[in-house]
Amino acid sequence: MKKAWWKILCVVLLVYTIIGGLLMEVPRVRILNETIRNLYFHVCMWFAMMILFTVSVVHAVRYLRSNQIKYDILSRQYAVVGIVLGLLGYATGLIWVSATWVDPNNSAAASFGAIAREPKLIGSAIALLIYAAYLVLRDSIQDVDKKARIAAVYNIFAFAFLFPSIWIIPRLLPSLHPGGEGNPALNYNDMDARMRVVFYPAVLGWTLLGIWIVSLKVRIAYLNEKKFSQL
Amino acid sequence: MIKKLLLSVVFTFLILFLFAQDSSAEMADSFRSNGKIYVVVAVMLTILAGIVFYLIRLDRKISKLEKNS
Repeated sequence: MKKAWWKILCVVLLVYTIIGGLLMEVPRVRILNETIRNLYFHVCMWFAMMILFTVSVVHAVRYLRSNQIKYDILSRQYAVVGIVLGLLGYATGLIWVSATWVDPNNSAAASFGAIAREPKLIGSAIALLIYAAYLVLRDSIQDVDKKARIAAVYNIFAFAFLFPSIWIIPRLLPSLHPGGEGNPALNYNDMDARMRVVFYPAVLGWTLLGIWIVSLKVRIAYLNEKKFSQL
Repeated sequence: MIKKLLLSVVFTFLILFLFAQDSSAEMADSFRSNGKIYVVVAVMLTILAGIVFYLIRLDRKISKLEKNS
């Protein structure tokens, strides 16, 4: 394996996340109880997704500036793995919701009606759908240069849409989801110090795992590219 | 400047009051004290080990392909 140090770091951080995340002290909060530990997993999925999408849009811009196909491949693979992490964040969020927001005294339909209104859920669903459309658009164009150029432009649009859909609108509307004010998790005064010592390494660990998967996919895509250019 | 710094230090220590422990919140204390939490840790570490093992194998295979081409 080439350049293995950051892969080792990734594994070490994830092992620390699991051990520290399950065994270390956390604040005692009503309703959340032990599920507060989900912060190290659910929130990290979203953070890793945002970081990968940011890298993706940077590569999209680099493609438009240089017209080198390698940036197009990088941009696409970062976006795909970002979407996977986003879906995992959504799925884990739904599991968490069922333990914290759902009122057992209400019927399932009434609970769903209340939760489906959550601006954060709607916003992140829109963001993920826009990125899903990115894949559909990109893979439906045959011409290689056209495909890369249109995909890169659309990628910038999709990234721009992340701002209103997951960062701005959910903060403007009332929501059950924590972190509506200011910068959740990043704000120094927002999170209990005991949780920060696990949370920040966890974000880095999960992001590195995503980048590792991206790097494998990119290398396969490069090999494919090489094969086709020789034929 | 110094005012701001002092204020931020004060706010940092405000955490201690903000996060005053609500000891009535139910936590899985007996689950921890009888050691069953280690079962969960072991399961999660096993899954992680499986994923990492798989990624390393893929990495090696791709490296081999890159060398051959």
